[in-house]
Amino acid sequence: MRLFIFATAALTALTMGAHADPLADRKANMKERGSLLRVLGPVAQGRADFETATVLDALEKLNANAQAAIDVDALYPEGTESGDTKVKATVWSDRDGFKKANDDYTAKVAAAVEAQPQDLESFKAAFAPIAASCGGCHEVYRN
Amino acid sequence: MSVLARISGGVLLVAAIGGAAAWYLAAPSRLDAATVASLGNGDATRGEQVFWASGCASCHAAPGADADAALSLGGGERFVTEFGVFVAPNISQHPTDGIGSWSAEDLANAVMRGVSPSGQHYYPAFPYASYARMKPQDVADLYAFMKTLPEVEGKAPSNELSFPFNQRWALGFWKMLYLDDAPRVELANASDEVLRGRYLVEGPGHCGECHTPRGALGGMDSSKWLAGAKAAEGEGNVPNITTGEGGIGDWSKIEIVDLLETGFTPEFDSVGGSMAPVIRNMAKLSPEDREAIAAYLMAIPGHASAN
Ligand code: HEC
Ligand code: HEC
Ligand code: HEC
Repeated sequence: MRLFIFATAALTALTMGAHADPLADRKANMKERGSLLRVLGPVAQGRADFETATVLDALEKLNANAQAAIDVDALYPEGTESGDTKVKATVWSDRDGFKKANDDYTAKVAAAVEAQPQDLESFKAAFAPIAASCGGCHEVYRN
Repeated sequence: MSVLARISGGVLLVAAIGGAAAWYLAAPSRLDAATVASLGNGDATRGEQVFWASGCASCHAAPGADADAALSLGGGERFVTEFGVFVAPNISQHPTDGIGSWSAEDLANAVMRGVSPSGQHYYPAFPYASYARMKPQDVADLYAFMKTLPEVEGKAPSNELSFPFNQRWALGFWKMLYLDDAPRVELANASDEVLRGRYLVEGPGHCGECHTPRGALGGMDSSKWLAGAKAAEGEGNVPNITTGEGGIGDWSKIEIVDLLETGFTPEFDSVGGSMAPVIRNMAKLSPEDREAIAAYLMAIPGHASAN
């Protein structure tokens, strides 16, 4: 019985932990995208050297980050549309579109990891659609 | 759309003060003969650059349109305000539904003076208060380029404005106050690059329409030029893009140029909202023009954020 109570408590804590502050969680998730692109962006722009290990590592992390944000309903629940957030009302009024934008983005990141780019040209080809999705989603779903 | 709301409110107030002399004073003023004569023959290749620099597609093509879709200028985008809805008209080459039968002079009067071929005022939601600074040659080139664009069938619906906001004549007062082609800021000993940047930002680029706060009557507050403003549509703020506090003083020139080309800030956030279509346009300019815009932003007076 003790074990059961403990397990339930732990589970509650865990799930609570994941959703206690969805607004802060999604912003932290987005901020991490920014810092990972600070590694990848300059390479694509030709301002930093292409190093396979660095690029693949950052892509893996970007993929983990995208997977962590796959549950739109958990990160963008009702009641988190105001306060310290730049989110647009379209995230709720066009829920399907937002989910699709999120899925498309996630698929592009997964495809880039899959491609395992070994040189600058193939990296740029995999990275360009990812970079375009950031602005594409922000255009419609963020102020 | 609070900006439009304020513009419309301002127009009304001025109209009320104006009284009897109203009709005469508010009569549309067209471009003078010398300017019209200087329109000359346009060059469509140069005109394409003018088209992107001035962002016509951001309002007159379908929202989010890129590539060829951005050249399909059927209009129809709705700008919802508390006074009613403005709808971007069809400005494609369709002879009756669009502006296919217009002369270069007609286009120049619309873009630089906000006057229609039949002599009516346009609402300043069409940013002619900025385009007034465009060079006649650029508008002639723009005309030549627009002539190469497709015809799109179907008139866009009319504006849905109720009385008194549907009184176009009253816009003449607004124009008397806010329509001029003088520089927004004085720049001593500016380099050619900075002057080119000034032209692009203050004229065709119409950056101030979003980035500058407006006064009670809806005119741009030049003393806080580009210091940031409340967003015209929805909530949120348009950022300060001067070097003052809260602005972009710690950005390098390369970082500003990169933003205009790729949409990424130095923090690698990707700008969105109404700036996203601006980036799509800026990305099509020459590198020199993006550098000129950056040089201008770094040269103008810095202001603390206005919002
Ligand atoms: C599916 C839509 C979507 C995609 C794709 C997306 N974002 Fe976002 N992003 C958002 C939303 C919505 C917000 C606003 C969140 C809030 O304020 O509550 C945001 C906010 C941000 C922020 C600001 C975070 C803060 O509050 O400080 C950054 C930085 C950011 N995104 C970077 C990126 C980058 C880089 C990419 C691409 C690699 C990206 N985003 C892709 C929707 C998206
Ligand atoms: C910020 C949005 C916006 C931008 C940018 C914009 N327009 Fe417009 N335009 C409008 C709106 C709104 C109207 C309708 C105004 C009215 O009803 O008085 C309009 C009206 C017009 C008209 C009058 C059409 C008619 O049937 O009478 C023309 C021509 C025109 N625009 C051309 C252009 C060109 C060329 C550009 C680029 C140089 C441009 N516009 C940029 C919003 C815009
Ligand atoms: C239609 C309105 C609009 C126009 C026109 C416009 N902007 Fe913006 N701009 C915005 C908005 C909104 C943002 C904030 C976007 C975001 O944070 O996602 C922005 C962001 C920026 C930023 C980034 C500032 C920062 O601190 O992150 C710069 C730089 C900028 N704009 C420059 C320009 C220039 C130069 C022009 C003219 C060529 C211009 N803008 C025209 C609306 C506009």
